[in-house]
Amino acid sequence: MSQATTSERDGVARILPDMSYRRIGVYFVVLFFTAFFLSPIWTGLVTSLKSSGAATTPFLPPTPSNFTLENWGRAFDMLSRGFINSFAMAIPSTLLDVLLGSMAAYGLTLVDWRRQMPVVLLFVFGIFLPYQAILVPLSDFWTNVMPLTKGLIIEGVTIVPPSERWGTLAELTLTHVAYGIPICFLLFRSYYKGISQELVEAAKVDGASITKIYTRIVLPLSKPMIGVVLIYQFTQIWNEFLFSLTLIGSSSDKAATITLILSGLGADLSGVNFPLRMAGAFLAALPTLFIYVLFAEEFAEGQAT
Amino acid sequence: MAGSQDTAARSGVTAGHATGSDRRERLRQFWKSDFVRSSPYWAIPLAIMGLAVYGGIIWNFLISLTDYEGFLQPPDYGHLDFEMYARALGDPAVFSTGKNTFVLLLAFTTVSLVLGLFLAILLDRDLRQKNTVQTIYLLPMALSFVVTAQFWLWMYNYDNGLVNTIVGLFGLGPYNWIGDPQLVLGAVIFALIWQFSGYCMVVFLAGLQSIPTDQFEAARVDGASIIKTYWRIIIPQLKSASVSAAVVLMIFALKIFTFLYAMFGTYRPPKGTDVLATLMVRQAFNLQNWAYAAAIATILLTMALVVVAPYLYYQYRARAL
Repeated sequence: MSQATTSERDGVARILPDMSYRRIGVYFVVLFFTAFFLSPIWTGLVTSLKSSGAATTPFLPPTPSNFTLENWGRAFDMLSRGFINSFAMAIPSTLLDVLLGSMAAYGLTLVDWRRQMPVVLLFVFGIFLPYQAILVPLSDFWTNVMPLTKGLIIEGVTIVPPSERWGTLAELTLTHVAYGIPICFLLFRSYYKGISQELVEAAKVDGASITKIYTRIVLPLSKPMIGVVLIYQFTQIWNEFLFSLTLIGSSSDKAATITLILSGLGADLSGVNFPLRMAGAFLAALPTLFIYVLFAEEFAEGQAT
Repeated sequence: MAGSQDTAARSGVTAGHATGSDRRERLRQFWKSDFVRSSPYWAIPLAIMGLAVYGGIIWNFLISLTDYEGFLQPPDYGHLDFEMYARALGDPAVFSTGKNTFVLLLAFTTVSLVLGLFLAILLDRDLRQKNTVQTIYLLPMALSFVVTAQFWLWMYNYDNGLVNTIVGLFGLGPYNWIGDPQLVLGAVIFALIWQFSGYCMVVFLAGLQSIPTDQFEAARVDGASIIKTYWRIIIPQLKSASVSAAVVLMIFALKIFTFLYAMFGTYRPPKGTDVLATLMVRQAFNLQNWAYAAAIATILLTMALVVVAPYLYYQYRARAL
């Protein structure tokens, strides 16, 4: 990167009309980092397709003689319960978070009232909360104050039967809903700030109620952002581990989520069965990878906000 | 809630010398005000979130004042003192994990930001397949830490890992990246940089794209070199993007637990990479020292506040929230 004045650049461009050396250099660096970001994923993929004994030279694809899908099959059997559990808690909590986040952002962004900033700050700080700061009361709450595993029995009438598995998953779902609200709020707020105030004002002058403005104007306009938040929040909750570990505890539990099972997959006293674990890692990542490849732009938008 | 007091105070001042019908009118106005009408929208999420976040913080502080340990039964709030904090300050484990936390926070944040900025500048031009490249660079962020920890555990494998294969090409190693207490923290930081630099790149790219191109043109006409253009004109305009990304990274570094647990498969990571966040979870869920863990959690929260509070204040003053 020398002192490239315009005249020098023209000179180079005349000799090499399509490709300058600098451009070749840029592509070389881009390729280097592509390899850097892909290599752990690539070695994991090829290793998962090899039989256990042949897991050497980690970057080479399997030869026909040691190619096997057995690891993927075994990993799938071990993770299948986790798939169901993770979907069962991630889908409802994502939907609730999107709804609550959008509602809060509407009430605090498009409806103007005095002194709303302190409330906004309360929400925003929630994004930065290290969850360790509430883990002890959280497990105390779900164990002693409101154990959903015991079901809901009012005056001897069983309304929700007790269930260790679904009760624990309900606790996990509600936990994710509560701690997911702040980030969903902020994503929607940044979007709602871009919606023209005049539109909302005009509807108000026309006598539209606050609820009507929300359902008729704001929600239809929010469609792109709802997509971004759905993708962001589902990925977050699917990938989450700390709440699963502390509320569920063990990977052999009936309610164990996929990340919890994966964290101990294929480990025994003799060490870790890497091909099996790599296959499990890919299976656990599949739903989020699928979403990511389909909606890369929305994902990037959620991250950048 | 501040708004309600505010409105109530305003109507209270005039209520003194107002007739009854006037007061009724004001009350009617209040119930028709946007504050009240919009409250179902923000008050429900606020109640759920507030209970979980702020209720949790207060409760955690209360627990840290008790001597609560053993089985998960309701703690005894009859006898409150700061004994657990005194114990934490005298605990060599808190000191060594605090040091590791600090090293991890500093190295991870700095390198991720610099690499992210470099990648953003690299991609902020006409490139073939630019979107594909960006998707690949951000790909690690779509993966769970549990998943990436498995990949890196394999990368750092002593006999067959790719990292040792590569350093072997230069006649070095093999190194025991995971087992050597001198190397393990660096190895973890490197893996985290791999995961987060794509995120930093996206944040910086969004910042770069908001800078009008005529600033580049003007600098070029003036004969400024590319490095000078970026250093003097472009990078100063990325200040708010860098601050936001830095805060997110630092908070992540403070609470990092999942990656370490998933990589080592235990509550107790190797000494070289044991941080406050893992110490807290271990004290609580492995050793059942609930009150002590709550005290460490309060220390962690204070550290997070030191990072976040100035940032939120700055954002609030800049009307960016």
